[in-house]
Amino acid sequence: MTAMQNVSLGAHYAVHLPAPDDFAFWRERARGLLQCDVPPDRVSWIEPGGTGDLFASEGPSRSEKRLPAPPADAPPVRASKRFLDLARRAAQHSDPARFGLLYRVLWRLQRQPRLMEDKADPEVRRIEELAKAVRRDAHKMHAFVRFREVAEEDGTPHFIAWFEPDHHIVRAEAGFFMRRFANMRWSILTPRGSIHWDGEAMREGPPARRSDASAGDPVEDLWRSYYAAIFNPARLKVSAMLSEMPRKYWKNLPEAELIPQLIAGAQAREAAMVKAGAREERARPATLVEIAQGIAACRDCPIADCGTRAVAGEGATGAALMIVGEQPGDREDVAARPFVGPAGQLLDEHLQAAGIDRSAAYVTNAVKHFKFAWKGKHRVHQSPTAKEIDTCRWWLESERALVRPRLVLALGTSAARGLLGRTVSVTRERGRAIPLDDGTELWVTVHPSYLLRLDGAARDAQAALFAADLAAVRERLREV
Amino acid sequence: MAQQTLRQKLEILADAAKYDASCASSGTARKNSLGGKGVGSTEGMGICHAYAPDGRCISLLKILLTNHCIFDCHYCINRKSSNVARARFTPQEVVDLTLSFYRRNYIEGLFLSSGIVKSANHTMDQLVEVARILREEHDFRGYIHLKTIPEADAEIIHQAGLYADRVSINVELPTDSGLTRLAPDKNARQIEGAMGRTKARIIEAKDERKRFRNAPRFAPAGQSTQMIVGADDANDTAIIGRASTLYTAFGLRRVYYSAFSPIPDASAVLPLKRPPLLREHRLYQSDWLMRFYGFAPQEVAQAAEADGNLPLDIDPKLAWALKFREHFPVDVNRAPKEMLLRVPGLGTKAVARILAVRRHRRLRLDDVARLTASIAKVRPFVCTIDWRPTLLTDRADLRGLLTPKSEQLELF
Repeated sequence: MTAMQNVSLGAHYAVHLPAPDDFAFWRERARGLLQCDVPPDRVSWIEPGGTGDLFASEGPSRSEKRLPAPPADAPPVRASKRFLDLARRAAQHSDPARFGLLYRVLWRLQRQPRLMEDKADPEVRRIEELAKAVRRDAHKMHAFVRFREVAEEDGTPHFIAWFEPDHHIVRAEAGFFMRRFANMRWSILTPRGSIHWDGEAMREGPPARRSDASAGDPVEDLWRSYYAAIFNPARLKVSAMLSEMPRKYWKNLPEAELIPQLIAGAQAREAAMVKAGAREERARPATLVEIAQGIAACRDCPIADCGTRAVAGEGATGAALMIVGEQPGDREDVAARPFVGPAGQLLDEHLQAAGIDRSAAYVTNAVKHFKFAWKGKHRVHQSPTAKEIDTCRWWLESERALVRPRLVLALGTSAARGLLGRTVSVTRERGRAIPLDDGTELWVTVHPSYLLRLDGAARDAQAALFAADLAAVRERLREV
Repeated sequence: MAQQTLRQKLEILADAAKYDASCASSGTARKNSLGGKGVGSTEGMGICHAYAPDGRCISLLKILLTNHCIFDCHYCINRKSSNVARARFTPQEVVDLTLSFYRRNYIEGLFLSSGIVKSANHTMDQLVEVARILREEHDFRGYIHLKTIPEADAEIIHQAGLYADRVSINVELPTDSGLTRLAPDKNARQIEGAMGRTKARIIEAKDERKRFRNAPRFAPAGQSTQMIVGADDANDTAIIGRASTLYTAFGLRRVYYSAFSPIPDASAVLPLKRPPLLREHRLYQSDWLMRFYGFAPQEVAQAAEADGNLPLDIDPKLAWALKFREHFPVDVNRAPKEMLLRVPGLGTKAVARILAVRRHRRLRLDDVARLTASIAKVRPFVCTIDWRPTLLTDRADLRGLLTPKSEQLELF
């Protein structure tokens, strides 16, 4: 008995699949048809709900009956593992032509066993594309299913999700969710069927509607907060987001409702951030007078709002030595001149002793306004914060650019931070030159007010160290 | 100050964590919750559960335990001298958040980092405690990435690796001088020491698992690091060189680049000109060239322009091909795999397909077109049995022909 004996010449066959993702059924029918040598153009594959084939006889039962029985001695049908892997995936695609395509390639495989390796073959390529689209859809399902927690009557939580896949992937992907949420009770409802897991067994259900899924879960608010906070408005890249999270998914993602407002607000948020720190963009002042006017009008940090006046530096451009203190004190604020209070007087004594001419130097402060707290009737000095010093640094750098000193002497930690941009330890750094960015030498010592706070032997010892630092600066000034 | 709600803390501490680039959840040991008491699975492939409008994926709950910090690193929004709102989670709060997000399928797991409070050891202890509660009390089998603090004791970091899938230590800046200037409290040698110890532990644990099936895993997804691009003056060549040293010396899975972006309340020391985001992209492309395309670091550096930076208008592979035109055109029917990988426009998958087809027949240009995304990009650099780019590679304006046209953004 030959294969053709069971096949009527020129007949068309219609195979009605019981489910759109029933690969096993297709495989069995395809095997039988191949063994009877039925060529691909004589077979139609019809999904449930799909339209029938004009050339084939109507009705599932009759056409099923008409399928030929393969002869006993028919050769076995062969397919490479690669084909099986791809076909299993591609069969889940929603393209109605997929089963016909698979049968055509299976037919060709019998004659060209290594067909699947020819990746440039249009039909092989098409199967790969279908499989890829299904894999992507499955991956997006893993990613975008969003459960909502509902309390069942017995009090146990039930997690329910509504999802709309593009392809027939729901049954195939049930295992992923089972392995991940093995000890939860959950359901995934889709227009292509539902799956339910109770912690022990998987159950399949009919297609569902969106209204079957519960609405609202308070945790979604927390999730939306997280989504908004993790977004960096300074790096808006909408197209990158859309390519991975196309709009069709948005309606089922609780966080997606925030996207339009996040995008709309992003540019304003970034502009505000840049503006808050954007002093690089401002033109540097051209003269010391401009700096004096600028600092008087500056409101970049809260110290400026204390009702004090800005104290500008004193000295001429071109001074060889620049002396930087911390900030004006009570007396300096009144006089509007740097280093005129008790610490200033002590500094003057030491400079004189060391043989440094203050009037030839440029004297200024790291912070231009007096920061204080009221203690009774007195204004008591408050240290500026690192942030405030860093903010005022722009002015100090502008001064340095205009004065162009050969050597800078920083008195105390705040002054050193103003010049270096980082906090250093005075005791560790004193007595030697630290190169600044442009090569200018920075020397660091204590602030004279530190000496004022000491008594007795400690004060004498520190005063000697201070004097030694000044003497070293004087020596170095002669060299540079 | 009024008590912060959980939501306020989440907003502050997620906002503070967003400058960490890594969100990978891939490449760890396979595990699932069947037969366990809790939730969670990792199946090799990472999953991005959402994308923010900055184009970055959201795979993990990426938060800080606290953004209080005793360090003063200029590029960091959480530095001591920054004026941002501060908050602090308890380990239990982080655990509860992670689990309630995980159960709703919002995330793959947790990426936990922290500002340094009290001391490095105290902070690291708290991070490890979160991972311990998740793994031991809730039998959580999802992904955990812990940022480790190089200043902490080796013993605590070891604990972190036992609970976490991945551990990471940020090198922060590509040059030592940049680190000294911008992160005065950090030390490059200390960071490298910690990465070296982690590498040794990972190798040790892998070796033990070969001999004893139940030996504990140690950071099965390996370690990674992050570098900030554009905060100091290191050029791309320096960055690529540094990255390749890190890959070889410490067996890193990934080096992440983070283009320095303006932060609220920025330190005045930083450059405010931000680097183009495209620079970060070009660095990642060069990273790929080294990891998957057989380029040596110095070859990638050859693609750079005179200032040591990669061109921004074209990708580094195309830049290399345009500079070394003597290697082209490549015959797709004969060339070895290494040369096919150098053809601009041919990715690793396209090359694998070409090699497979080649065993059966010789390729025409149409065949190549079916195997690649864009034949226009490939055409000037290949020959097939029916195509030869006569003189095309000699054209002086070839670069102009291949540079993507800039396009105006549309209103969204």
